[in-house]
Amino acid sequence: MLSRTADSLFWLGRYTERAGNVARGLAVASHMAALSARLGSEGEEWRSLLDASGGEAGFYRKYPAPTQDAVVHWLVYDPGNPSGIIPCIEAARRNARTVRTALTVDMWEALNDTWNRLRDLAPEATEGGNLPEFLGWVRERVTLFNGAAHDTMLRDEAWRFVQLGTMLERADNTARLLDVKHHLLAPAADGTVDYMQWQAILRSVSALRSYQWIYRDRLEPRRIAELMILRPELPRSLMACHAQVAETLDAIATGQGGRRGECHRMAGELQARLRFGRIDAILAAGLHAFLTDMIIRAADLGTEIERFYIQAAG
Amino acid sequence: MSQTATAAFNEMHGADGVRAPYADIACWLRATPREQLDRKRREAELLFRRIGITFAVYGEGGDPERLIPFDLIPRIIARSEWERLAAGLRQRVRALNAFLADIYGAREILRAGRVPESLVVGNEGFRAEMMHFVPPGGIYTHVCGIDLVRTAADQFYVLEDNCRTPSGVSYMLENRGAMLRLFPRLCARHKLAPVSRYPEELLATLKAVAPPACKGEPTVVLLTPGPYNSAYYEHCFLADEMGVEVVEGADLLVQDKVVFMRTTAGPKRVDVIYRRIDDDFLDPECFRPDSLLGVPGLMAAYRAGNVALANAPGCGIADDKAIYPYVPEMVRFYLGEEPLIANVPTWLCERDEDRKYVLSNLDKLVLKLTRGSGGYGMLVGPHATAAQREAFRARILARPADYIAQPTLALSTCPTVVEQGIAPRHVDLRPFILSGKEIRIIPGGLTRVALREGSLVVNSSQGGGTKDTWVLEDEGPAEPPGGFAQRQDQAC
Repeated sequence: MLSRTADSLFWLGRYTERAGNVARGLAVASHMAALSARLGSEGEEWRSLLDASGGEAGFYRKYPAPTQDAVVHWLVYDPGNPSGIIPCIEAARRNARTVRTALTVDMWEALNDTWNRLRDLAPEATEGGNLPEFLGWVRERVTLFNGAAHDTMLRDEAWRFVQLGTMLERADNTARLLDVKHHLLAPAADGTVDYMQWQAILRSVSALRSYQWIYRDRLEPRRIAELMILRPELPRSLMACHAQVAETLDAIATGQGGRRGECHRMAGELQARLRFGRIDAILAAGLHAFLTDMIIRAADLGTEIERFYIQAAG
Repeated sequence: MSQTATAAFNEMHGADGVRAPYADIACWLRATPREQLDRKRREAELLFRRIGITFAVYGEGGDPERLIPFDLIPRIIARSEWERLAAGLRQRVRALNAFLADIYGAREILRAGRVPESLVVGNEGFRAEMMHFVPPGGIYTHVCGIDLVRTAADQFYVLEDNCRTPSGVSYMLENRGAMLRLFPRLCARHKLAPVSRYPEELLATLKAVAPPACKGEPTVVLLTPGPYNSAYYEHCFLADEMGVEVVEGADLLVQDKVVFMRTTAGPKRVDVIYRRIDDDFLDPECFRPDSLLGVPGLMAAYRAGNVALANAPGCGIADDKAIYPYVPEMVRFYLGEEPLIANVPTWLCERDEDRKYVLSNLDKLVLKLTRGSGGYGMLVGPHATAAQREAFRARILARPADYIAQPTLALSTCPTVVEQGIAPRHVDLRPFILSGKEIRIIPGGLTRVALREGSLVVNSSQGGGTKDTWVLEDEGPAEPPGGFAQRQDQAC
């Protein structure tokens, strides 16, 4: 496959996934902000969402404070924010358009219709009470796109590069969400507000129900951390995402007659750390340090994949 | 109705009634209510939108991804008519390829004084880089689109040759696909020569001109300027149909005069490039140094015999509007034959007596820029205002060599669905001729139709539409028992 095509497919996967994650994060933050208004700390929610999205520096250059209006504008519309919902969908469509022949009609239509609707989005759509409905719609569209890819794509390299993008982005999102709230998961944490926060963390990866199914018990920070980092059953856990990354890289290598590089070793190492890691050891050594390390390793892996498959040729 | 339309040859209604190839269509049109045509028209538009057959027009405002209007009524050519055309097209393309080989080689036609040397050497289409280089197979214009117009039952003219990177073939294929879907029974009542083999024939043509350095199965790619090009849809469509990669300049690299494409499995050698970018942009080391679309070192690899380019650089010298008047001479000179399809009479403004005639007949002539294309920069004398004609007079006097003039031909018409009903509209035809080891012509081509009443400009960039072109394998549909008029099944 052409390196440029692989690159576009990779970013197509990343950007659509990112748009969905941002919508998820915004929904939880606005839910939490409504609850914590009583406690006078709603600004905190918007600030931590901003931290998790990783674009604080750009935000503060344009907006004085992380109010709801400012953060929503920044994370939905702002063309200067590469993690905004609309810029992400635009970037995804741009990537898709250059590789039209590598996509199925269903994938293209799922994305193109989303883009068409966002093109003439009325500003009221994201104001106040309308925001949840809009965010729900974005999640639906991303789910539709992922479903279209899953159901209609030939299982060849094209599919694998979309997968790589989706999974690396998803792992990054889970790690950042957890990291922003890591203090709430420290062994000493407790209390009513924390309990709501724990629910919020799980909700932002659609895992509140999953927690109940797996542990059948009340929320506990240690288990929340374990579920989101180490449990292979949760599709948004770091373990599940990195297992998919490693498996996908392996499938690409097999398809190319066994050609492997540094990215394969790194993916294997990352996966092994998660597969054989224990949550008590991770918490004892410090959750923040662990997650920071994960985020950096995943970013390095992305760079290495790019170096091996995209730039190496020539 | 304008004068030209009145005088024009109507391809459906001849002097003595409906012409044979259209017998069934005429009956079908009478029997089909307008609402049904409108419904089919909406279906067709939806079909094209969904497939995404768009024509990208950037820099003019409005929707950059436009749809070219598709007319439901097919344009029909009987077998005997097509056979005469095909023989003429074959002959013309052989002559054009021979001319290109001669110009970049021995230049016998110039030495014989049959084509003025000044027209060739100073011409923008001429590429000195191609001198004394013989491309693989000796072929220059592998894919040639020749625009034909018709003025009478037996009178076709070549309006222009497109030897460089002609586009429009995807419409030939998609229009047929749409017709088969919308009107399966109508299609089945005609013996249609199929067009769907085109991509296969194109691929065979490209493989046939693989360079000598290529051992084994040649790797073919299609080189596109990218998504912002008006024909990007066609590039993807053809590559997809042929099962080859669509590459942009940045996807290719040249090492030791060998061309590779960058793939996820490392560099992969490329043998044949069906390039859909202009000469100017092919190779910044050879042509325009500011080109970001091309591939540095490509020409060196080409000249070293390590890669084939289709079409060859420098083909523009054969389809230049100033060279066009000499094509019949080429046919006589290289083939020793008389041209089977005539040229439109053409006056060259740089010749004193031609210019004098042109300037005193501006209201009767069509003026064209020698380097123009797509219907830009032309003047249709009879339809122009006095002010427009005066502006052209000044331009001709300032740069006479830039202009040629032709009579306003009464282009033939075909019945077309318009707002008021069904009315004749002017059409032209662009068949595509493939030259590799042999010459292949898919029976058919792109019929363009000027949708505005009386208009003679069929270019899609100027509001033209397209029709499916039916070449029949007989002289017309057989009359059903009881005659066409009696047939009761009016559905299609």
